[in-house]
Amino acid sequence: MAQRKSLNVNGKAVTVDIDDPDMPLLYALRDNLALHGPRFGCGLAQCGACTVHIDGKAVRSCVTPLSSLAARQKVVTLEGLGSPQKLHPVQKAFIEEQAAQCGYCINGMIMESAAFLARNKKPTEAQVKEALAKNLCRCGTHARIVKAVLRAANA
Amino acid sequence: MNIHASRRDVLKGGGALIVAFSFADAIGEALAQGAATIKPLALTEVDSFLAIDRNGTVTVYSGKVDLGTGVATALRQIVAEELDVPLRSINLVQGDTALTPEQGTTWGSLSIQIGGMQLRNAAATAKAALLEEASKRLAAKKEDLKAVDGVISAGNKRISYGELIGSKSFALKLDHAKPAAGKDPKDYKLVGKPVPRVDLPDKVTGHFTYVQDFRLPGMLHGRVVRPPAFGAKLESVDESSIKDVAGVVKVVRQGNFLGVVAQSEWGAIKAAQELKASWSKSETLPDPAKLWDVVRATKVVKEEVTSNVGNSAEAIGKEGAKTLKATYDFAIHTHGSIGPSCAVAEFKDGKLTSWSASQATHNLRKQLATMFGMPAENVRCIYLEGSGCYGRNGHEDAAADAALLAKAVGRPVRVQWSRADEHGWDPKGPPTMIDIRAAMDSAGTITAWESEFFIPQQTANGFHVPLVAATLAGMPADDHTAPGNIFQNSAIPYKFANVKTTCHRLETTPFRPSWIRTPGRLQNTYANECFIDELAAAVHADPLEFRLKYLDPNDKRGIEALNRVAALAKWDKRPSPKRDQSGDVLAGRGITYCKYELARTYIAAVAEVEVKRSTGEIRVAKVYLAHDCGQIINPDGLKNQLDGNVIQTVSRTLLEELKYDRFAVTSLDWDSYPILRFPQIPELVYDLIDRPNERPWGAGEPAAAVVPSAISNAVFDAIGVRLRSVPFTPDKVKAAMKGAA
Repeated sequence: MAQRKSLNVNGKAVTVDIDDPDMPLLYALRDNLALHGPRFGCGLAQCGACTVHIDGKAVRSCVTPLSSLAARQKVVTLEGLGSPQKLHPVQKAFIEEQAAQCGYCINGMIMESAAFLARNKKPTEAQVKEALAKNLCRCGTHARIVKAVLRAANA
Repeated sequence: MNIHASRRDVLKGGGALIVAFSFADAIGEALAQGAATIKPLALTEVDSFLAIDRNGTVTVYSGKVDLGTGVATALRQIVAEELDVPLRSINLVQGDTALTPEQGTTWGSLSIQIGGMQLRNAAATAKAALLEEASKRLAAKKEDLKAVDGVISAGNKRISYGELIGSKSFALKLDHAKPAAGKDPKDYKLVGKPVPRVDLPDKVTGHFTYVQDFRLPGMLHGRVVRPPAFGAKLESVDESSIKDVAGVVKVVRQGNFLGVVAQSEWGAIKAAQELKASWSKSETLPDPAKLWDVVRATKVVKEEVTSNVGNSAEAIGKEGAKTLKATYDFAIHTHGSIGPSCAVAEFKDGKLTSWSASQATHNLRKQLATMFGMPAENVRCIYLEGSGCYGRNGHEDAAADAALLAKAVGRPVRVQWSRADEHGWDPKGPPTMIDIRAAMDSAGTITAWESEFFIPQQTANGFHVPLVAATLAGMPADDHTAPGNIFQNSAIPYKFANVKTTCHRLETTPFRPSWIRTPGRLQNTYANECFIDELAAAVHADPLEFRLKYLDPNDKRGIEALNRVAALAKWDKRPSPKRDQSGDVLAGRGITYCKYELARTYIAAVAEVEVKRSTGEIRVAKVYLAHDCGQIINPDGLKNQLDGNVIQTVSRTLLEELKYDRFAVTSLDWDSYPILRFPQIPELVYDLIDRPNERPWGAGEPAAAVVPSAISNAVFDAIGVRLRSVPFTPDKVKAAMKGAA
């Protein structure tokens, strides 16, 4: 039953003990590795709160079974993107625009837009909105989030 | 005995976050000094709100909590300002029944207006005492003293707050009806400034501890298995159905409550998904197609007349009077928190400790005590921030679930609701229906206004929304029907010769009701402000001038808000609808106004919309607000709240409607309960009316009240059709166009 799974998370090789090889990555990150960046929102890939990067791509960790991941694939969470002492430009822009209310969705907003900006350096406002169209925010912070992403693009 | 888990006590161990308990410095030292054996909680004591330790750290105890609104920053600003200490020296403890005074539920846009002003009073009283003491210790006259950054000086003599009070109690009384004279607003350095939020660096880097992140040593994971229909009875459970799920500790069955507890979170999820149970059939919900007939036919238990001037019935029946009437409805809404509710509970030595994101930990404590038949002193509820709740969502229910499961297994249990639990089982904003009539004379002057609001009752004894676990398990409960103060804003700010506004308080409503942002004020203002627009159109008047004509001329702040939003939006003075438009997409603008609860915050709004006639789609292009909440504590925090009010309410107005069948909620995810997405958001333009010398009022709710009517009025301006049923879906727009043609 119990088995050991090797992962590469935030630049480190780690192992997690799991009962079910199909457990979604989200639970390994939150419960086995005590990471708080990725958040449980729906478990259905509908809201984006759980977003992480896998080899640079924004992925919904709540529907990514561990069995689909190879040990060499690089998983990066919000914590791995930057720290309070060394912020990633997107994190810095979110603080500068004060782009959060409750902040529960913000992990997804930052991870999605960081991956987006890596392939689209100078997006228009409409492109930013389209890139975030599948990420949900209930507090109504959208306008500030868009400003923050544009600020990061122009930094 | 007080225990307090502070952030610095969070230790990393064994790959999981463990919280160790220790006395936090300030309160621990205060207790060690014998200054107080129990932390005071009374609203009449400075020590209930404030403690200053020897290092000068100020611990602020707030019964009002930050629900993601930024008020944790604003409350710090208020206290730091009055005390003359740096913002960083303030440590804020929120919503802990053992430590924070009972300042009331965090609702109704009252955290600054009431909570903040009580803190300001405590801080100003403490500051006066510190100056008094410093005057003696420095042998200087009070008028020669200067307080800067927690240090009082007279010439080159100086003494710090830490040296003056250092962990001792103030032992000073407070009278909130006669607050201490605080600082003159012209001397403010922090209040009124766009101070950045203290929580954002941690929130954008994954270092913030939400309730969903909280862990205890030895903690297990629980999930609930809800009935497939409201009222269904649990007939049997087949525990062998989950024998292959690893780490299952227990299946907990009590009455119709069913839950599972497992070693791991994923184990609990799998067990809850796979557990086979049979339930009785139960049909308690109305046919959704007949909802409004059901609402109209529901027994009225109380007639609540909220205003009565002249004789409206006589004026409306008068010969020669022209009568207009309309009926409005507003759909059932869910809170839709992005993070489903979560809580952790522990029973130890006959005492229950509950960690949750409850907006009313003191009420929750009473409810849990009743549920488990314990004295309230043996229950401690501690607030930890969750996902935004916008009212009474499922946080308290998750707390009851966790407590029930923790008791059953004798270990701490964390319960995380699923998305379907949250959408399906959080309490709902009740359906609201409103009839309005008015009469005008031959000169077009409005002579009478009469309105009837069909809204569920608020039982007299309080605001304890029944806890799902207690109801299902058949445990004791002191429950109320509690939709909140939804009668508010049924009365109107306009002066007509005859006015009667009545709330028919209904005995029942299809779903367990509770309050969702701007409860009642939103629905009632929507109907009132749409109908006033209908009257303006009936007499071919400009909607702004028509409102100004009937507003109380003494209500200068309201008139100013309307005039300022008109200037901001470059209001085009003319009657609606707009003539001479052609094409498929037509544009319009609508204005609206609200004096919150007819007693506080003033908001005027203009919405600009585009309506695509071929599809019935509405695009809200731009929303302008003029907002007067008196003294502004943090203008950037205020703007953030206004963004939230407008965007969330555009979502509610255009898209949101809870779907259900005869058995249960069927809107169980974001596909079946869509909310506004990035490409759909309007541009937002504000005029913040700051009045530093007035008292501060709330801003977390009022601006939502004006959104639906601004949109409806703008749609009428664009296409000449009235929308009277929220949400304004494309199908309803097309049907309304067809009806008008």
